[in-house]
Amino acid sequence: MQIDRDTASALKLNPMKTYYDPADLKKFGNISDFQPELAKKFFDYYGEVFKDGALTAREKSLIALAVAHTVQCPYCIDAYASDCLEKGSNEEQMMEAIHVAAAIRGGASLVHGVQMMNKVKELSM
Amino acid sequence: MKSLQASHNPLSNSFIQLEVLNTGDETISSLPKFSEKLRALGLFPLKPLNINTLQINVGKMCNQTCKHCHVDAGPDRKEIMTRETMQQCLDILASTSIQTVDLTGGAPEMNPDFRWFVEEISKLGRKIIVRCNLTIIVANKKYNDLPEFFKTHRVEVISSLPYYSSHKTDAQRGEGVFNDSLKALQLLNAAGYGVEGSGLILNLVYNPSGAFLPPPQGSLESDFKRELKLRFNIFFNELFAITNLPVSRFLDYLMVSGNYDGYMEKLVNSFNPEAAQNVMCRSMISIGWDGYLYDCDFNQMLDLKINHGLPDHIKNFNTEQLNQREIVINQHCYGCTAGAGSSCGGEIV
Repeated sequence: MQIDRDTASALKLNPMKTYYDPADLKKFGNISDFQPELAKKFFDYYGEVFKDGALTAREKSLIALAVAHTVQCPYCIDAYASDCLEKGSNEEQMMEAIHVAAAIRGGASLVHGVQMMNKVKELSM
Repeated sequence: MKSLQASHNPLSNSFIQLEVLNTGDETISSLPKFSEKLRALGLFPLKPLNINTLQINVGKMCNQTCKHCHVDAGPDRKEIMTRETMQQCLDILASTSIQTVDLTGGAPEMNPDFRWFVEEISKLGRKIIVRCNLTIIVANKKYNDLPEFFKTHRVEVISSLPYYSSHKTDAQRGEGVFNDSLKALQLLNAAGYGVEGSGLILNLVYNPSGAFLPPPQGSLESDFKRELKLRFNIFFNELFAITNLPVSRFLDYLMVSGNYDGYMEKLVNSFNPEAAQNVMCRSMISIGWDGYLYDCDFNQMLDLKINHGLPDHIKNFNTEQLNQREIVINQHCYGCTAGAGSSCGGEIV
């Protein structure tokens, strides 16, 4: 594929060739540089959410892992793969959590099949 | 698998390990010094509280070659404590009020004078801990009676079992170790170890099988108790969750696997001031196979002897001076202060 001169120049100035850089995960806190008040509220809330409560911190970490796969956030996947191990979950439990996410995603598509069927029936003799 | 020393790995040199821990690459050299963290808490120089434990490393010989071993122990290590040095340890015990003797290795049972040493300590009426790797009990017929020997001398047994499944255990400790560990645990249980009401203590040690911190000790202990009972009808007293320190073979693993920088950052970012107050080096002295004195077993493996001009050999042991010493620290110490903290007895917070 040919790239024009301007694009080539931009890439030279900015060597980042992918949108995601693993090193950016540890810079998460830097979002407060541009808006400190909201960032503080968010991180305080975030910290509270993941504490032991009606659900254990271990259960919450597994939920986070499953959600990370649903929202397909590579930072969250790295963070919660590590966090789940440090909360005492094992590989089998972690993979089952991801299957829960996959089942809901797959089910969410399939259950709309009923809507499709309703419409087809509406349009058909 | 060979030891780092036998495979001529540069990390078998403690000087190079200290270089890696302190200068490494840009990430490592930019990490705050452990001494700065202690200084901010008013804990520098770090001073002892009271010496209540002698941890004695009776040799580096072992029947296993675990991937995370900070001793770099293995069948190819021949360093063994002599009976003469053991006698010097006994003389010190007899002349002090130190109550606990913690025997470690290698596999301490492979030292030919191990049983004599335990018998002599027992005569002095001190609490004896043996860090038994379990598989030694079933490695050879001559070791099969170890549970009964331990029972006779009321030895507290502390044994590593990284997980209640073979996959993680064998990945860290070697092929077949899990099954042999189960056989040994069943023999210990049969002798009464870990059985309620017997008074015979069998504690297990969990080390993470990789570059992450241990989970909370309490919940992990519940998991281990439930699963070991359900799957294998095995019982034990307590589980100690111990952080892997970036020393020797675990340091090598971190570097080869590309996890070194991230792990060190994790340890530093997880620094817990409360854990810093309670580090084990404040209440123990570690003795090497050749009689030299250290603040802990990790310092021993980094060849960081008792410092600041104090006598550093068992033949010159001086309790008063040792109680006033400045404990030698370095970047690996972050391993004992991360999260809930870590010691040879597990969490410290």
